[in-house]
Amino acid sequence: MTDSPILETRSLGKRFSIGTRFSAEGKRTVHAVDNVSLTVRRGETVGLVGESGCGKSTLARCLVRLYDISDGELLFEGEDITSKSLSELRPLRRRLQMVFQDPSASLNPRRRVGDLVAEPLRIHGKLSSREIAARVAELFELVGLLPDHVMRYPHEFSGGQRQRVGIARAIALNPDLVVLDEPVSALDVSVQAQIVNLLADLQEKLNLTYIFIAHDLSVVRQVSTRIAVMYLGSIVEEGPAEEVFATSAHPYSQALISAVPVVETTPSGTRKRIILTGDVPSPLKPPSGCRFHPRCPIAVERCRTERPELKEYRPGRKVACHFPTV
Amino acid sequence: MILSVRDLKVSFRTNDGLVRAIDGVSFDLEESEILGVVGESGSGKTVSLLAVMGLITDPNASIEGSIRYKGRELVGLPPRELRRLRGNEIAMIFQDPMTALTPVYTIGWQIAEQIRAHQNISKAKAMARVEELLAEVNFPNPHEAMSRYPHQLSGGMRQRAVIAMALSCNPALLVADEPTTALDVTVQAGILDLVRKLRATHKSAVVFITHDMGVVSELADRVMVMYAGRVVERGSRMELFSDPRHPYTRALLGSIPPLTGEKPRRLPAIPGSPPSLLRLPQGCAFGPRCPVHYEPCVTGRPDLGIGTHAAACFRVAQA
Amino acid sequence: MIYAILRRFGQMLFVMFGISVIVFLIFFATPGADPAARIAGRNASPEVLEAVRHNFGFDRPLYVQYAKMMEKIFVTGDLTSFVNRGWKVVPAVMDSIPVTLSLVFGAAILWVVVSIIIGIVAAATRDSWLDKLLMALGLLGISMPVYWLGEVMNLITQSRYHDSWAFSWVPPLGYKNFSDDPKGWFLTLIIPWITLAILYIGIYGRVLRAAIIESLQEDFIRTARAKGLSETRILLRHALRTSLIAFVTLFGLDFGALVGGSALLTEVVFGLHGIGKLTYDALQNLDLPMIMATVMYASMFVVIANAVVDFVYILLDPRLRTS
Ligand SMILES: Nc1ncnc2c1ncn2[C@@H]1O[C@H](COP(=O)(O)OP(=O)(O)O)[C@@H](O)[C@H]1O
Ligand SMILES: Nc1ncnc2c1ncn2[C@@H]1O[C@H](COP(=O)(O)OP(=O)(O)O)[C@@H](O)[C@H]1O
Ligand code: SF4
Ligand code: SF4
Ligand SMILES: [Mg+2]
Ligand SMILES: [Mg+2]
Repeated sequence: MTDSPILETRSLGKRFSIGTRFSAEGKRTVHAVDNVSLTVRRGETVGLVGESGCGKSTLARCLVRLYDISDGELLFEGEDITSKSLSELRPLRRRLQMVFQDPSASLNPRRRVGDLVAEPLRIHGKLSSREIAARVAELFELVGLLPDHVMRYPHEFSGGQRQRVGIARAIALNPDLVVLDEPVSALDVSVQAQIVNLLADLQEKLNLTYIFIAHDLSVVRQVSTRIAVMYLGSIVEEGPAEEVFATSAHPYSQALISAVPVVETTPSGTRKRIILTGDVPSPLKPPSGCRFHPRCPIAVERCRTERPELKEYRPGRKVACHFPTV
Repeated sequence: MILSVRDLKVSFRTNDGLVRAIDGVSFDLEESEILGVVGESGSGKTVSLLAVMGLITDPNASIEGSIRYKGRELVGLPPRELRRLRGNEIAMIFQDPMTALTPVYTIGWQIAEQIRAHQNISKAKAMARVEELLAEVNFPNPHEAMSRYPHQLSGGMRQRAVIAMALSCNPALLVADEPTTALDVTVQAGILDLVRKLRATHKSAVVFITHDMGVVSELADRVMVMYAGRVVERGSRMELFSDPRHPYTRALLGSIPPLTGEKPRRLPAIPGSPPSLLRLPQGCAFGPRCPVHYEPCVTGRPDLGIGTHAAACFRVAQA
Repeated sequence: MIYAILRRFGQMLFVMFGISVIVFLIFFATPGADPAARIAGRNASPEVLEAVRHNFGFDRPLYVQYAKMMEKIFVTGDLTSFVNRGWKVVPAVMDSIPVTLSLVFGAAILWVVVSIIIGIVAAATRDSWLDKLLMALGLLGISMPVYWLGEVMNLITQSRYHDSWAFSWVPPLGYKNFSDDPKGWFLTLIIPWITLAILYIGIYGRVLRAAIIESLQEDFIRTARAKGLSETRILLRHALRTSLIAFVTLFGLDFGALVGGSALLTEVVFGLHGIGKLTYDALQNLDLPMIMATVMYASMFVVIANAVVDFVYILLDPRLRTS
């Protein structure tokens, strides 16, 4: 069951043009996502991590075809959907859903939440209004909202409840795959765990596949079965979540994971930590060779010129580095 | 003793009623000590620090209690006197480095402005000092950075510039309001390192606000946990993390997913959400979410009590 | 940079071309707006009409008429009025420019200075009686029609109280050339300047106050306070400076429009023969060549004003400068 790929990308790329031919620096291209080959199997959760600006959201939007894809291919259940038109995509939209970070920004404040959840049912389904009402009630129960909440407006809810509404909307049409872009980042710490648990329950009940983005690495580890670490638009390491956290092979993953502050009762400063110098380079002018070399603590001459490929060095573990820690 | 806050209360009159943002907060801060203040959003962290800085400008606010800085009462101090302290003896770092700097001036100009507001030195001297400061907060090319506008720097670099500004007058007290919340963990690690280093070199006492238990545990000497405008637990870092007493502290620590070892199938979550300050529950504010809540919790409000490690909870008092 | 300037210039030309075509079509190709009928008079016989049509070239194809007109405006400069035959249009416009520029420049200086002061004072004392008073006065200024205000000004300074000590210095209506009589130029324009400026002082004062108050809510103001700066410095160096961007936009648009002829009412009331008056008269008589010339001139100023605003923007806001 978990072996059939539901979504697959082959050397997927997304470029944005910024500026115009006439602006001071002319027309420039941002390679926001560059050469990403990722396979998502049914029922699993793939976590995307990396610093802000590394292309997580852009990749997520490409995966559900909210963005047009510039290079490479995107396959859904083996079918090429890279360049399907909007109308051809309509039946697929139902099966590919997305949940965004800010629950209040994605919900129309002037409509009752019951209406908001019913909306996708009206657009896509062929249900009578009674059936819709019943389905909305069912969804509310699924995501842990009370039945009489349907008449409320988004602002009458707390952030956690609003995110529950967002999730109810996303699962209304029984999707197969849900892309969650920072779904818990805007929530209070004490509420995050509730939503993480809810997502796990729904996955089990509805047999969902998730692509999960969060900047809190411990949350990603908790949620994900597999993890892809991104740097400047490309995947630099991929593997089972616990393994990548325990024995990361790429110097960037190691630095990223070691930078997460954890609660410890030993004297402070004892945990080994790799502090990266310098900033994330601009994707407008990516460094030559290995994109990570200006910040890499173990970079050598070869890294400056030769770009490492993402290679499987052990079943299920991939890394893009000339000198991985394996 | 650098700072001594006693029974601080801040409330705001709003259209919906009185918001008691801070309701009886007391704490002390020793020289070159780092006090971590943790709490969820809305628990009153920012308001308590703005009160210390004398920066609550809302005309609907009322501030009671006592804030003593080096023995001197700050509540009710004339604005002119307060201004002499602000940016000079007491400096502040804000949460969002993207918006904390005036967009139309270079960072060199902005740091020099602060130096010259408190010291009678020439522009050239101030600029030379700016360059030193930027080097101290690890700008790779401080001279060039001086002439940069805020939008030309990354978030991490901007926060470093704000820190350089805060340090420009060697403050005895540095107040940092979630300075790393808007940053990536990789950048946060660098900033936390810097704060540690600066505490050592400048001997500043630091109040560090965050909602991240991990950050506090790595940085703070002593910790204060806030919930709904009150301190629910305080103690040294070791006391608080190895022996958390308040049910809220325990639950919060428990709900953080682990970074190593076995993954729990479900996270132990805290039910419900933080209460509205307009409609606080009767008795203990954490009552409706508390797993060990019992009758006394509704009738009275637990006090924090005395002692270095203390928790505002009837269960703890009873034990 | 040179590229950007050239591009800007190209855009300006394109906009002006578009405007000229549209105006031309409105007056020539709109059914029922036959200029020949206008010129020949109400009860003209068909023969007379035909003669007029031929005389003015209305029987040639539209694009030829358009091209001829453009040539006469820009190349030979000998376009003549349809209504006052023999009256050369281009010199008429040229003569009106100094009048309008004098009026608008003076008023602009007045309204910018006064409204900045009002905006700052009102923002600094917001919600006090002074703020409320200033804003009420501003609203009054906005709601007084310019024409009416001008008439009242004239009534007071020219007739009713002209002989009192306060207004005896006010010269009679009309324009005096700066080069002939600088003092007379200044004195005749004082009352028109004030009249024109009052409306804009009201608008700009209110806009600036709102922008400053909005700026004062920004995070960087809190940083400035935390630095221990004085409230005056915070207001002037941080809040005002960042509020000027909105102010400049508004100013560019208004200034361009006024120089282009929207100061019409003020010009009429005070007997100043500026561009506004010229345009107004031309429209009254459907004097197409004159309309064409004034419109070209006006669009040029609006477009130039926009370009200047863009440039000032870049000076004011470093975020718009690319690194
Ligand atoms: N619509 C867009 N136009 C131009 N550049 C964009 C656009 N969206 C994203 N980018 C750029 O692409 C890169 C990746 O952005 P994003 O996917 O949002 O990163 P993340 O979600 O990992 O923070 C960034 O450098 C960003 O500036
Ligand atoms: N000017 C104000 N008027 C009314 N309520 C306010 C004002 N400032 C803060 N509050 C309220 O005070 C409470 C504490 O806020 P704050 O100190 O910012 O929380 P934290 O920093 O812990 O997230 C919040 O409920 C907030 O809504
Ligand atoms: S390829 Fe070289 S620079 Fe890149 S991560 Fe590996 S060691 Fe570092
Ligand atoms: S006082 Fe009662 S409700 Fe409050 S934390 Fe303690 S046990 Fe829980
Ligand atoms: Mg994103
Ligand atoms: Mg805060």
